[in-house]
Parts: sequence; C-alpha cells; structure tokens
Amino acid sequence: MYAFSFKRAASIEEAAALFKGGDDPQYLAGGQTLIPTLKQRLAAPSDLIEINRIEGLKGIGEEEGAIVIGAGVTHAEVAASDLVRARLPGLAALAGEIGDPQVRHRGTLGGSVANNDPAADYPAGVLALDAEIRTAQRSIPADDYFQGMFETALEEGELITSVAFKVPEKSAYAKFPNPASRYAMVGVYVAKFADGVRVAVTGAGPGVFRVPEIEAALSKDFTEAALAGISVSAEGLNSDLHGSADYRAHLVGVMARRAVAS
Amino acid sequence: MTKVTLTVNGQTVEKDIADNRLLVELLREDVGLTGTHVGCDTSQCGACVVHVNGKAVKSCTMLALEAEGAEVVTIEGLAKEGALHPVQEAFRDHHGLQCGFCTPGMIMSSVDIIRRNPELDEQMVRAELEGNICRCTGYQGIVKAVLAAADVLKKEAV
Ligand SMILES: Cc1cc2nc3c(=O)[nH]c(=O)nc-3n(C[C@H](O)[C@H](O)[C@H](O)COP(=O)(O)OP(=O)(O)OC[C@H]3O[C@@H](n4cnc5c(N)ncnc54)[C@H](O)[C@@H]3O)c2cc1C
Ligand code: FES
Ligand code: FES
Repeated sequence: MYAFSFKRAASIEEAAALFKGGDDPQYLAGGQTLIPTLKQRLAAPSDLIEINRIEGLKGIGEEEGAIVIGAGVTHAEVAASDLVRARLPGLAALAGEIGDPQVRHRGTLGGSVANNDPAADYPAGVLALDAEIRTAQRSIPADDYFQGMFETALEEGELITSVAFKVPEKSAYAKFPNPASRYAMVGVYVAKFADGVRVAVTGAGPGVFRVPEIEAALSKDFTEAALAGISVSAEGLNSDLHGSADYRAHLVGVMARRAVAS
Repeated sequence: MTKVTLTVNGQTVEKDIADNRLLVELLREDVGLTGTHVGCDTSQCGACVVHVNGKAVKSCTMLALEAEGAEVVTIEGLAKEGALHPVQEAFRDHHGLQCGFCTPGMIMSSVDIIRRNPELDEQMVRAELEGNICRCTGYQGIVKAVLAAADVLKKEAV
C-alpha cells in the first residue's frame, strides 16, 4: 500500500468537508473492495476518509411504499433485518449471499453501489427494485445511476447516504456464483410490481442491465413457462476463463427461471 | 504516525502507527500476538480472522486505525485460565487440523458461527465456512468439530 493520511468523519457534512480539503481523497466504508485495491497498488489516494462511524448513514426504515437502507449498513445487517426479510425477502437473501460472513460483517450497501463492480450482487437488486440512490445532494433513479463497468452517475466526492427500494408484490434473486470468488457469474433479480415486471442482470455483461424481452413476457404471464421460448443474445456479454458469452447468455435464462420459480 | 487505542484480549493497547498499517500487522508485529496468521493477504483465505466488537472479520482487510476504540479478540484470547475453549478442544478431538496454519482463523470463524446460529447443521457449517480455506484436512474434521463444539456450548448455556 502506498502511504495515505487517514481521516475520520463523524458526520456527512464533515465527510464532505474532509473530501474537499484533500488532494486526491477517497471515502473508506467497509474497505472490502478498497483495501484489496490499495494493497495491489491499483489506487494511491492521498487521504482515506473513514465514513463507517457516521450515524446518518446507518439504519433501515420504511417510507411510503419503500424500504430505505442507509449506505453504511453492512451486508450482514441487511440479511438479518426483520424489516427487509419481511418486505424484501429477495434483497435480504441477496445480501446474505455476498462473499462470506467476514466480508458481510464489514462490507456496506453504499460501498457496493458506489463501486458498481460488474459482478457485484447489489446492483441487480437496486435496478430491479427501481430504487433511488440518495446522496448528500440529490436523489438518482437506478435507471440513470448505473453507467457501465465501475461507472456511475456519482460526481467527484458525492456521498451516497441511503438507497430507497420500492416494495414489489414479489421479488427474488437467483445467483450462479463463481465458486472461487463468490461474485456472480450471472445473477438475475426479478421484481413483480402491480404495473409490470423488472428484471436486472449482473455478472453477465460490462455492467448491470435490464432484459426487456423477459420483462415483457413475465408482465403478461408471471410463470416459468412464459420464459420457455426466450433466449438472450450473447452479444456484448463477458467472455473469460470462467465462462463464454454464450454460456453466460444461457445462464441468464436459467437464473431468470429459477428466480421466478422461487 | 497516528495514535491508536484499542483493547486486545481484554488489555488496553496504545501504539503510534503508520496510517496504512493493517490490523493484522498491528496484532502480529506491534503487539506480538503471532497466533493470527496471514495466508493470502488478498482477503480470500480467512487465516487472519479475529473478532472486532464481537464480529468475525479478516484482519488483513481492515486498517488498524479503523479499530480505534474497538474490542479485539484473537486466538490467544480464547483459552481461559489455561483451559482450551470448547471449539479449540473440539478441533483437537475431531482432527480439525493437520498443519495448523488455517486453524486460528478457522476457530475464530467457528466461534462466531456458533454464536450467530443457535441451530446448526452440516450444510450450514459448510456454507458459513465459505471464507476460510484449509489446504490440508479436506474439511471433514473441521465440520465435525464445529458441530460437536456447538453441542457442547449449547449444553453449557442451559
Ligand atoms: C473475498 C471477497 C468476496 C466478495 N464477494 C462478493 C460477492 O459475492 N458479491 C458482491 O457483490 N461483492 C462481493 N465482495 C465485495 C463486497 O461486497 C464489498 O463490501 C463491496 O463491494 C464494497 O463495499 P465496502 O463497504 O467494503 O466499500 P469500500 O471498499 O470501503 O469502498 C468501495 C468504493 O466505494 C466508495 N464508497 C464507499 N462508500 C461510499 C458512499 N457511501 N458514497 C460514495 N462512495 C462510497 C469508496 O470510496 C470506494 O471507492 C467481496 C469482497 C471480498 C473481499
Ligand atoms: S490473510 Fe486475510 S484473508 Fe487470507
Ligand atoms: S490444517 Fe493445514 S491448512 Fe488447514
């Protein structure tokens, strides 16, 4: 790791002020992505601003038709939350399948959504549940937020404070994990709302994306059988040592059926 | 250099450290507790697992300064008055180790797993040990040890 200066923020305002005062600063949440990145010397921030102790980023609550989860809430806390389990069981299950227990004890929703790893799980839940990403300045709809591999609508220094998830009639996440890393080879989140179905896929492409064909079929008929004739094009999907684009395209269909079946 | 104050196995530790010092480096090199191991240093293997405020974490993936004010427990903190912790005892009884390199992390994770899950079965133990890699045992003995220790701890609790 290159040297950096460690700063501790006690509030959202202090985090923003420390960010402004730094040369090339970066926020540090659970560190489960950032610390491995620093160790590989893939980043050299001047200042790391610890945001883990900020009360304003914690907590899980309910607003009209939405569950609002603080950016600083850990994966383990989401998985164990009675409220999330009752209202968004698919999301609780998703959080409980991220990495391993130690990673879930430290990693946070905000860190995962800010990082937007193409194989991360949360982006699928955020996009399928038509969530709003709330920052210290504004609120960004999920459809505008994710912009491809590690790219998001966040401005320099913009801090995610919470994510508000719409509560669907039903939703489920089906993940085919890479057996070594536990990240998603392909993960499909299916959410059935009164006015239609949203389907988001992670792991398969350069970033999380929706699948209009599957959404249309499921909006008409929310059964596994409705997906029988649908195949997803492999064009633009990832091919690597873990699997070809064709294999991933096939998995999208399989995972979508599993999500609907559950 | 920045000052960090925390509790390690019940004792207050105060050190001046570089801002980029990892928790595992503080424990092994500054405090001298070398029971916590570094297997991969890439957040994969779990040899470095310790408890921070009661939760199992990978100490190679946490800065020492993030543990400011925290209560840290390492493998050295489990045995009480010379008697092994029931999980340590169970690993010995059920051949839960061969070379022993992964064992400190395995045991710290197992204590955490048993604490979080009042009811455990083999499937759950295997899933919960996701973050701990053992190159020797093939896991059979480890899984047996965790289930046996869970039984012992449950009986102790009543
Ligand atoms: C062994 C291992 C296995 C894993 N497996 C999975 C997996 O299966 N699925 C999966 O999805 N993920 C997985 N992860 C990643 C994990 O979920 C991380 O916790 C997550 O990606 C980042 O969250 P963090 O809180 O640790 O963020 P950090 O590492 O602290 O930060 C990540 C980035 O986000 C920025 N950031 C953090 N919080 C905010 C905020 N509130 N506002 C703006 N920017 C912010 C930081 O500046 C940094 O650039 C794994 C990690 C490890 C080490
Ligand atoms: S040394 Fe920390 S996970 Fe391997
Ligand atoms: S006993 Fe040798 S690595 Fe587990």
